Amino acid sequence: MVHIKRLQEDGIDNIVIIGEIDASSSIELDLTIAKSVGEKFTKIVVDCTALEYISSAGLGVFMSYIEEFKDKKISMVIFGMKEKVANTFGILGLADLLHICNTKKEAKTLVNELSV
Amino acid sequence: MNYQYNIGCSLENLKGIRDFIRGSLEGQGLSDVTVNEIVLALDEMCSNLMIHAHHCNPDHVLELHINIPGKKSLVFEIIDDGKIFDINQFSEPGLDNLVHEKRKGGLGIRLVKSIMDSVEYIHESNKNICRLTKKIP
Repeated sequence: MVHIKRLQEDGIDNIVIIGEIDASSSIELDLTIAKSVGEKFTKIVVDCTALEYISSAGLGVFMSYIEEFKDKKISMVIFGMKEKVANTFGILGLADLLHICNTKKEAKTLVNELSV
Repeated sequence: MNYQYNIGCSLENLKGIRDFIRGSLEGQGLSDVTVNEIVLALDEMCSNLMIHAHHCNPDHVLELHINIPGKKSLVFEIIDDGKIFDINQFSEPGLDNLVHEKRKGGLGIRLVKSIMDSVEYIHESNKNICRLTKKIP
């Protein structure tokens, strides 16, 4: 069960994920990111402070946007992961392919730097 | 200790599987990170079976067994009567390929193999038994 919210702040689209993302709910993350891209946001931060669990289906959604973001010059920064969730990203070495920060402040700074 | 959970092949049921595993591992002195890894590996195995061997038919049932023989290892078995879906037969795609091809799948098998110490398949009395073993450090 996952609940995903979007909030816009200083030209940045904040995607807030609450709950668990698995093979049945990863489509919601996919649709949310697609919506943000469709609305022409070039700075996206993903708030994972309330993300309790993510499976490969959710990781796959993040991975599938890497090339499109490069082409469209969109920057995305993920922040606030709990240790157990960060470990899931770490097992696959995704931390090297995605931009990941601890706090929202760091994420906002990084997403602005990346879009320069 | 042994625990058993039977579940229909609907992806909506994955949450129930995760809750069952977390509950069964309570009191084993495992860290949050280790419990989450085990939950993740079994979630990946069950969702693969539901999708590829049972086409998400909720009338098809998976049996999940958890056996805690001692303090040194945990043994998990997923039993079904569908088509064998042997992850050892699949080579894991490289991360670069996944990114380049914008593929959303292919990461689950890599996760299971990284987390579990062994993944074995046994065919017995017309049933497939997938046995996953995790050593406890």
